[in-house]
Amino acid sequence: MPTNLTDRTELTVVTVQLFARYAELLGAGRVELPAEGIRTVGDLLARLRELPGGAVIGAATLVAVNLRQARADAAVSPGDEIAILPPLAGG
Amino acid sequence: MSVSFLSRTPLDLAKLLAEVAAPERGGVASFLGLVRDHQGGRGVRELAYSAYEPMAEKVCGEIVAEAESQWPVKVGLAHRLGELRIGDAAVAVVAGGGHRDEVFSACRYVIEELKRRVPIWKRETYEDGSVEWVEGSGNQAIRRSGEREPA
Repeated sequence: MPTNLTDRTELTVVTVQLFARYAELLGAGRVELPAEGIRTVGDLLARLRELPGGAVIGAATLVAVNLRQARADAAVSPGDEIAILPPLAGG
Repeated sequence: MSVSFLSRTPLDLAKLLAEVAAPERGGVASFLGLVRDHQGGRGVRELAYSAYEPMAEKVCGEIVAEAESQWPVKVGLAHRLGELRIGDAAVAVVAGGGHRDEVFSACRYVIEELKRRVPIWKRETYEDGSVEWVEGSGNQAIRRSGEREPA
């Protein structure tokens, strides 16, 4: 019997923050994906594209892992703070 | 206390100028970005800025530190969030230093890097009521800065 269900859930889910246009198109500012099979930023983007509205997320989409931009081959794990960034428009 | 670069209230240029004022700084350059009344040939009624705030604060701090290490200047930076009207200041950059060359260069560097690297988004409402997320040149430029390569 699991000793701590909450901890087990956290370890098996990758949480992703979405912003601006992407949040609108996917209908949420935050999505949780099963961590299985997600080892890199590229894996994560591929999984997001399968969601309703996810087609807008291209292979070159900007991703931040722990507040730093990350390349497609960068590793991700369930404890990371991950954000998908639409084209920037500050200034 | 850490500096906050993002503001939900009107930007205060005088306060930024005071932050970079010092007896040895004989030159101050400033840039103010204001909300324009048109975009792509359409009339803009209002707009709203939003951000991935923890990262935006962090990257703004990095850009200011880069400018201050590259030139002998002190930099002030503020970006507005939330709903803005035509003519409101969206972004303010000030650079104070000994001479004009370094303050113009530093000021230009900070605004260009902010546009390229800081995760902020702009949602415009047009005269006809339609709404659009404005796409800046962020993606491409970020690759140029060497932090990220094409996937």
